[in-house]
Amino acid sequence: MLLNIGPAHPAMHGIIRIVAKLDGEQIKDAEVEIGYLHRGFEKMAEVVDYNGVIPYTDRLNYVSPLINNMGYCMAVEKLLGISVPERCHYVRVILSEISRITDHLTCVGATAMEIGAFTVFLYMIKAREFLWELVEKVTGARMTVTYCRVGGVKADLPGDFEQPCRNAFQETRKVLVEAEGLLKRNRIFTDRMNGTGVISVEDAVSYGITGPFLRASGADFDVRKDCPYAVYDRLPFDVPVGTRGDNMDRFLVRMEEMEQSMRIVEAALREIPPGPVLVHPGTGRPIPAAEMVDLAKMGNIGAITGGCAVTCPTLEGSGRDRRPSIATSEKRVVLPPKEDGFGNIEGLMQQFKLVMHGHGVRPPKGEVYFPVEGANGELGFYVVSDGSGSAYRVRVRPPCFAIMSALPKLLVGDMIADMVPTFGSVNMIGGELDR
Amino acid sequence: MTTSSLIESVTSRFPAAVSSTHSWRGDATVVVRGDFLVEVARYLKEDASLRMNFLMDVTAVDYSTFGKKPAPGFFSSSGVAVGPTPQIPDENPWPGPPDPSRFAVVYHFYSMAHKHRLRLVVPVGEADPRVDSLTDLWPGANWLEREIWDMFGIGFRGHPNLKRILMYEEFEGHPLRKDYPVNKRQPLIGPVN
Repeated sequence: MLLNIGPAHPAMHGIIRIVAKLDGEQIKDAEVEIGYLHRGFEKMAEVVDYNGVIPYTDRLNYVSPLINNMGYCMAVEKLLGISVPERCHYVRVILSEISRITDHLTCVGATAMEIGAFTVFLYMIKAREFLWELVEKVTGARMTVTYCRVGGVKADLPGDFEQPCRNAFQETRKVLVEAEGLLKRNRIFTDRMNGTGVISVEDAVSYGITGPFLRASGADFDVRKDCPYAVYDRLPFDVPVGTRGDNMDRFLVRMEEMEQSMRIVEAALREIPPGPVLVHPGTGRPIPAAEMVDLAKMGNIGAITGGCAVTCPTLEGSGRDRRPSIATSEKRVVLPPKEDGFGNIEGLMQQFKLVMHGHGVRPPKGEVYFPVEGANGELGFYVVSDGSGSAYRVRVRPPCFAIMSALPKLLVGDMIADMVPTFGSVNMIGGELDR
Repeated sequence: MTTSSLIESVTSRFPAAVSSTHSWRGDATVVVRGDFLVEVARYLKEDASLRMNFLMDVTAVDYSTFGKKPAPGFFSSSGVAVGPTPQIPDENPWPGPPDPSRFAVVYHFYSMAHKHRLRLVVPVGEADPRVDSLTDLWPGANWLEREIWDMFGIGFRGHPNLKRILMYEEFEGHPLRKDYPVNKRQPLIGPVN
């Protein structure tokens, strides 16, 4: 029998169509059709300027947008040949690990829900909410964060970040213990996860599968360990590896990875070098920023020399003092702090040269490939520059594309009901799959 | 293996196949003629000192408008001459697009055992845009090559199922080619069984 599943089906978290050839309840052959969420990311990236691509990268893997932001920005930084301050690396690592936890929570929760454990889904979404509150505290948005910039990040971590972070992790750990208790000894869950969707290491590698999916099969490839970027080589974490390569192992690997991610964040918070905000308080007579702008406009330079702009709270994080610790000093790449952009002609010119059409960040001609460990596996950005203000070609290597191409292999031989946990453990994200 | 020894091992093995090499920004890159692609790829996969078991990514670039982007003439009417910001200088410049031919198919390999990466670039002419398929060596190449066919119209000899993957069958043209306008609209036709 030929059975059409999808594109819109309640057990498919994503728009995808599977045409399965059945013999009784057994899947004999499966054809996977994707492309329902194709938005032309790569074409758009050739049209807008380098910083303009960042909002589009949010919408690749929309459950862990910070990792996409980071991957793209680091690829462009490699193209430019610049590096960012150490604190910025730490900030990026902390946020991408928090994103990894939210991604795994979503994946595990949704899989559990699809095979009947609805409570776990609600618990995990509750934990995800705590983490998204953290993300919101830093970036101002929950999902489409657009937080990284080429050469830095938008703003520093808020001053009181550490305590809420610890509280959120405490809550997340509670949820993970609860969820594990609910799932690991749940007969229905274990029966449906054990021994379904099996793939061997050799097959997984030949399909280009990376990330938790590959590690569940037994290979310990992790971009963070094997090709370390940012400051991952300094932070302690283990790479969990499965043995059987079935759905249960993928579930266990993801559960352990969340714990490891929290370990990374905690170590990073201990080691993060303090920003200048702590070491050198603003010197000079404080003048409200708006007043400074008015004085400068009137040409009353005498009144503002030796003064120090007082930042409005809404501009917090873009403050001049903090800026050098979170963004590179290359003026042809990063926007000036708001006070400079509004307050003096040099800042205004720097801003102008970066935001006007036809100006912007101009890397030299060249091509680079930069991989980061996304929540689903290796997320690579291949960027070609022709020396103009917008990229000549941006290519994303979406991690779940490789896994989806192996989906027929995973499904064939299993029962039709096994499709649900297998597809759940793939963690298909339409945004990055179809771009 | 370091980038230079990686490049060296490929060039010494296939002197006739390699047309140029570079390691700009530390990415080992070898430009290979299309006829030798499968041979070189098999060597990369099976040689004990290379063992590139991952085909991480296959993509293509349309170099037809490279360096021909018109400079925006702002303020030309006002008489104020404002040139764009100069690009950040580069000490060892990139050698440029691989070949005068229009397309380049780009392969990224990774070795899990040796933890090294290699980029293989295959120039493809406009008249007969086709290269050999790597699906026999890596089944993962199947979808990646379908995507290149879909987006660039580059065919793959020996591919088992070369059809569109992201766009629908009735879609006309190949959207990532540089001559495909970014704002062109086409009627959306639903899938037919």
